[in-house]
Amino acid sequence: MSLGSGSRARRLLELLAAAVAALAWLLPYAWMVLTSFKTLPEIVQHPLALPTRLDLGAYREVFATIPVARTMGITFVMAVTIAASQVALALPAGYALAKLRFRGQRGAFALVIACLLVPAPATFVPVFLMFAKVRLIDTMAALVLPFAASALGTFLVRQALLGVPDEIIEAARMDGASEWRIVYGILGPMLKPTLVSLFLVSFVFHYSDYFWPLVMTTSDAVRTLPVSMALLREQGTGARWHIVMAGNVVLSTPVLLLFAGAQRHLLRAVRPQ
Amino acid sequence: MTPRARWHPWAMLAPSLVLLVVFFIVPIGVAAYESFFSWDLLTPPRYVGGANYRALFAHGEVLHVALRTLGYSAIVVAGTLSLGLALALLVDRPGAFMAIVRASVFSAYVVSWVAVALLWMWMLDGESGVVGRWIRVLRGPTAPASSVLGDPRWALVALAIVGVWKLAGYAMIIFLAELQSIPRSLLEAAALDGASPWSRFRHVTMPLLMPTATFVATTTLVTSFQAFDVVRIMTQGGPARATELFVYAIYEQIFLDLSVGRASALTMLFFGMLLALAAVQLRVWRRAAGTAR
Repeated sequence: MSLGSGSRARRLLELLAAAVAALAWLLPYAWMVLTSFKTLPEIVQHPLALPTRLDLGAYREVFATIPVARTMGITFVMAVTIAASQVALALPAGYALAKLRFRGQRGAFALVIACLLVPAPATFVPVFLMFAKVRLIDTMAALVLPFAASALGTFLVRQALLGVPDEIIEAARMDGASEWRIVYGILGPMLKPTLVSLFLVSFVFHYSDYFWPLVMTTSDAVRTLPVSMALLREQGTGARWHIVMAGNVVLSTPVLLLFAGAQRHLLRAVRPQ
Repeated sequence: MTPRARWHPWAMLAPSLVLLVVFFIVPIGVAAYESFFSWDLLTPPRYVGGANYRALFAHGEVLHVALRTLGYSAIVVAGTLSLGLALALLVDRPGAFMAIVRASVFSAYVVSWVAVALLWMWMLDGESGVVGRWIRVLRGPTAPASSVLGDPRWALVALAIVGVWKLAGYAMIIFLAELQSIPRSLLEAAALDGASPWSRFRHVTMPLLMPTATFVATTTLVTSFQAFDVVRIMTQGGPARATELFVYAIYEQIFLDLSVGRASALTMLFFGMLLALAAVQLRVWRRAAGTAR
C-alpha cells in the first residue's frame, strides 16, 4: 500500500495550496521590484498597475543619496572580518575543549555556554559606554570586536571535534606536526562542512544586522547598508516608496544571490543536531 | 589527550575567552553597576540607590513593556509554529515545484529584517499599499489612521504577523528535517492497519514531532522577545506606545532620553526575563527529550 497518494482531487488541492504559499512569499518581492521601477506619479495614482516603462529614476536617487559602493564595501568588510575571525578563533578553542585534558577545562566550557545566554540586546548599553570611554564609537572596531569570538561557533566546533578519533591527532604528533599545524592544517580541512556553514551563517547575519551598527554609530563614518537603507525612508517626505524599494532591492540582492548559490550550507546550519 | 605543554590549552582558548568575557560577561556587571546611578552622559554620574528601579516600576511601566513583549512573542510563536508545520507537511514531497516553494518561503528568513520591515510598511500603506488599501476598506471609514500601523489596537498584531512571515520558513525547514527522518515503514504499518491519513498524522507523526515543536517554539520565543528592527523601522514604538517592546524601550531610554541609569536598570530586568525564559526552555527541552525516549 502506498502513502499520500490520495484522490486526484486531493492532490490538486495540495498543489494549489503550495502554489498559494509560494505566491504569499514571492509576490511581496515582485511588488518590491515593480515599485522600484516606477515613478512617483505612478505609485501615487496607479499603485497596483505595472510600470509603463522601466524607470531607473529611483535607483539614480538611491545612488545619489547614499555612497552605495563605499557603504556596501564597509558592510562586506565588517561581515567577512567577523565571520573569518569567528572561524579562526573557534577552531583552536574548540580543539582545547574537545581534545585536550587540563585543569580548568570544565570552567572554560561553562564560561562559553554562559555567553550563549547573553544576546546583544542585553549588552549594548554597557558596551556602548565602554566603547565611548575609549573613544571607539563610530569605528570598525566597535562593529567587529564584540562578535570576533562566537560562543555558539566555539560550541559547534567542539561538538564536531568530539567525533574525530584521537588516533588522527596522535599520528600527526608522531609525524612531528606542531599543535597549530594539527589545528589549522589537519582538523580544519576535516571540519570543512561545519566551518563553511558557520562562516556563511555568520556572514549573512552580520551583513543584514541593523541593531548593532545602528547603536554603535552616530555618524556616517562606518555606516552599513541596512542602516543607510532604513534612513532612506526616514529622510523621505511621505510617499517616496519607489526610492525605498530600490534601496531594498540593492540591499537584498547580494544575500538572495548567496542563498541561491549556497542554499545547502545555510540549511544545514539551521537544522538542530 | 594530554596537551604537549601545559600552556597550550590556554593559549588556544585565550583569544576567545578574553573577547567573550569582555563583551558578554563584563557588560552585565557594568549594567548592574550603572543601574544604581543617575547619568545623562554629559554631567557626572550621581549615586541614586534603587531609584531607577523604583521609577520603572512606579507607574507599571516595566510591567506594560514586559506584557506587551510577551503578547507580541505569543502571536509570533503560535503563528510561526502552526504555519511552519502546515507548510512542512505541504511541501514534504519530491519534485522541482516543491523545491521552489520551500526556497521561496525560506528566503524571507535569509533576507534582512530591514528589507522585510520596509517592504511590509509599504504593503500595509493605507493609501497605496497592496494589502493596506484592502485592510482599510475592511476597517471602515471611522478607523483611526489610514494604515493599521497607526492604529493602537492593531499595530502590535501587524508587527507580529510580519514576524511570522519572516520566521515561518525557519520553522518549516526544521519540521521538514524531522518529518524526513520518520521511518516510512512506521506510517505504512499504520496504513495497513487501516488508519486514515488524519489518524496517521495524529497518532504517529504528531507525537514524533513534539520534541521538534518544543525546540521551534522555545527558540522562536527567545528570538521574538528580542524584537527591535520591526519596531524601530515600522512604528518607533507608537502609536501611543502600543508597540514599545523591551529592547526598543531600552534604546529609547539611552539614545532619546539620555538616561544611562534607567537604561541600565531596564537592561538588567530584560536580562533577568531572558534568564527566566532560558530556564523554562531548559525544562521544556528536558521533558520533551524524556518523552521522546
